[in-house]
Amino acid sequence: MIEHNLLEPDMITEDGDFVINIGPQHPSTHGVLHLKVWLDGETVKKVEPHLGYIHRSIEKMCESLSYRQYIFSTSRMDYLSAHINNQACALAVEMGLGVEVPDRAKVIRTILAELTRLASHALWWGCMGLDLGAVTPFFYAFREREFINDIMEETCGARLTQNFIVPGGLMADIHPNFVPKTKELIKMFRANIDEYNQLLTGNVIFQQRTQNVGFLSKEAAISYGTSGPVARASGVSCDVRKHYPYDAYDRVQFKEILGTTGDSWERYVIRIDEMRESLSIIEQLIDNIPEGDIVAKTKQVIKLPKGEFYSRVETARGELGVLLVSDGGSTPYRVKFRSPNFSNLSALGHIAKGSKIGDLVAMMATLDLVIPDVDR
Amino acid sequence: MGLGSYISTVFSSVKSLLSGMKLTGYYFTHHKEIVTQQYPENKREGALILPERFRGEVTMPHDENNEHRCTGCQSCELSCPNGSIKIITKQEVQPDGKKKKAIDTWVYHLDMCTFCNLCIEACPTQAIVMGQEFEHSVFDKKKLKKILNKPDSKLKAGVE
Repeated sequence: MIEHNLLEPDMITEDGDFVINIGPQHPSTHGVLHLKVWLDGETVKKVEPHLGYIHRSIEKMCESLSYRQYIFSTSRMDYLSAHINNQACALAVEMGLGVEVPDRAKVIRTILAELTRLASHALWWGCMGLDLGAVTPFFYAFREREFINDIMEETCGARLTQNFIVPGGLMADIHPNFVPKTKELIKMFRANIDEYNQLLTGNVIFQQRTQNVGFLSKEAAISYGTSGPVARASGVSCDVRKHYPYDAYDRVQFKEILGTTGDSWERYVIRIDEMRESLSIIEQLIDNIPEGDIVAKTKQVIKLPKGEFYSRVETARGELGVLLVSDGGSTPYRVKFRSPNFSNLSALGHIAKGSKIGDLVAMMATLDLVIPDVDR
Repeated sequence: MGLGSYISTVFSSVKSLLSGMKLTGYYFTHHKEIVTQQYPENKREGALILPERFRGEVTMPHDENNEHRCTGCQSCELSCPNGSIKIITKQEVQPDGKKKKAIDTWVYHLDMCTFCNLCIEACPTQAIVMGQEFEHSVFDKKKLKKILNKPDSKLKAGVE
């Protein structure tokens, strides 16, 4: 039986490479990602991601929804930064309408976006440990994530797919408990990042599995179009919050953390440091939420003028771009999302080439992929 | 790698493992700091507190006279992104002889609802609110199609 399997044309290539499939039902691919891997012994020669298992045609669906309705469906793309996705969509509509969002809404949006980023990075940190065989970090990460989800639940009404943003501002004002609870979170999270470091970052076994593997050079990072922590680990300065500030990012001070080596370890460290930066952004804003309206006046049926509108935001994984093409009607003519995960995944083949198969999962974990965002 | 550095790596690995286990050991001995709750036991103990804005399902509150606030304007139906709401209206004869639009059935497809809150935003008379119920699983899909207005309910006087 085994002999027969080996003789199958797909299993072994003419050069003697062994071809295996990882996924689409593999726990470490974080979703339905299918990787076809060509192996020479234990060395990875080529990685080919096969996509399309969770394609829901969100872009096409949005074309039949009004400008108020299409925001909710983008929560289902990168579900870990749902709030930031919604923000990008609302920014595009606001750009088309030319409305000025009230200051209060801008600041609250920014705080919620940073909370989303924290929750997303906390989950990534747990999964990173899980992918390398450490189960404990997962539970520690969920402690913080649960706290953030509770804050979201109290203010937005939903834990994950918030849909709290409407074109022109926010759906409702913040809950009275929001400010004290967020302050409590900042205090708790700061202390818990030290626990993260004690548990996983300082672990020599973990360090040796991530250091000096999975190099992505600066040139390759740019040519593959990577963004977010993946590109910043290779030294590419690409933070949209810094270079093209939207909402309230122009009124806060924060560092754009850049790496130098671009290996798996650098990508790990950058995300840990980003959590601290997010905390400092929230800390700067939480005491200075201006009074005022939470939503700018817009018509019940929004009609954008003819033209193209492009907005970009920094999600937890990189740059998300939303292109709206309007023909003057009440629904968009064309919607295009430039999703960060798709570009980041394209770099996986380059990163993994020549490394051992055991490190492949570690590299994939540092890319922090969310597959529904790749397929959309 | 020389033998000396190999041995020192082994020892530093063990040391870092122990420092991690010190943390897990701390939580193992400090039960009060553990935040995990047991579901559904926490429901009985009253530890499961849902915030008032929680989006469980769309509900239509009726007062003690079996009156609701829905005028049948269908704003919610238009605002729903996935067609979970269907409102069937009828013409009702008023006491003064004039005819007026009123709801016959307010159909809510819970199986299609994504709890996006857009219908509640759109309602001009606050006739519908989000309820707290979240355990929606049933064995028969037909049970997820709900009619929200109660039988023989009327529009509250004064709601336009």
